[in-house]
Amino acid sequence: MNPTPEEIERLQRVSSELRCLVCQNQSIAESTAGLAVDLKQQALEQIQAGKSDEDIRSYMVERYGEFILYKPAFSASNAVLWGGPFVLLALVFVMVIKSLRRRQQAAEPITQATDVLRAAKLEERYKRDASNQ
Amino acid sequence: MNRKLFLILPIVSLLFLAVLLAKGLQSDPRKLESKRVGKPAPEIVLTTLDGKQFNSQSMQGKVWLLNVFASWCSACVTEHPKLMQLAEQHRLPMVGLAYKDKTSDTVSWLKQHGGNPYDIIAVDLDGRVGIEYGVYGVPETFVIDSEGKVRMRHAGPVDDEFIAQHVEPLLAVSNVGNTK
Repeated sequence: MNPTPEEIERLQRVSSELRCLVCQNQSIAESTAGLAVDLKQQALEQIQAGKSDEDIRSYMVERYGEFILYKPAFSASNAVLWGGPFVLLALVFVMVIKSLRRRQQAAEPITQATDVLRAAKLEERYKRDASNQ
Repeated sequence: MNRKLFLILPIVSLLFLAVLLAKGLQSDPRKLESKRVGKPAPEIVLTTLDGKQFNSQSMQGKVWLLNVFASWCSACVTEHPKLMQLAEQHRLPMVGLAYKDKTSDTVSWLKQHGGNPYDIIAVDLDGRVGIEYGVYGVPETFVIDSEGKVRMRHAGPVDDEFIAQHVEPLLAVSNVGNTK
């Protein structure tokens, strides 16, 4: 059965999201490696048999592992990879706000205290200077 | 106390990251884990090199080796003497899967390289069985246990280490009645 243009387009779209396992920087759509050609054939047969894109993807993952997907699905085993950066970002945000607040609270009294101290010292020096004259 | 923690935390996390990344650098991205390990081996129903039928169900109850090879595969030449050696010891049934290889080529390749180590050679001309097993490069070797589960997948030429680590232990434990 010759594929229709729609089927070819679907094949192109699905296989462009699958990594060629022989030449790992190419998608199965681009690659002309023997295995990529065979897998394209498999995918086309499944399209013609009325399988969904998801069916084809899981067929590939079942045999070759998640590695074949250029866009790995969210799963328990890679949840840390997906969520980790956001958790870290939130953590940093909370820490920055906390430390900013603490600094603000601490900053004012310290300035006042040093000011008083400085003023007292200056005054003392003036007095000393005055009595020396 | 809190302050000290603040100072140590970045250093600790840096060290942790360094170890993690160093480990990542050492792993070979071409070595893929097989999804089939621990799962039932896909059924093989194929014609053999000598024109008979091979059904992998007939291997039930035995520990056996499935070696994917081809005459066009250069690394297969490397592992061939090892397979011959293993075959001479008659330790376990060895099934060859002639992957996308013309029968006449397979026959002459075996002749040229010193013989046939396999008990059975199944011909996977269109590579469909290969796909079922997740084969992405030749040679690949699978060890299938007596329950019909894939115990080990080895990508690349078979070596002594592979045999010692993955074939011997299985034979030691579950090879009672594993007669050829």
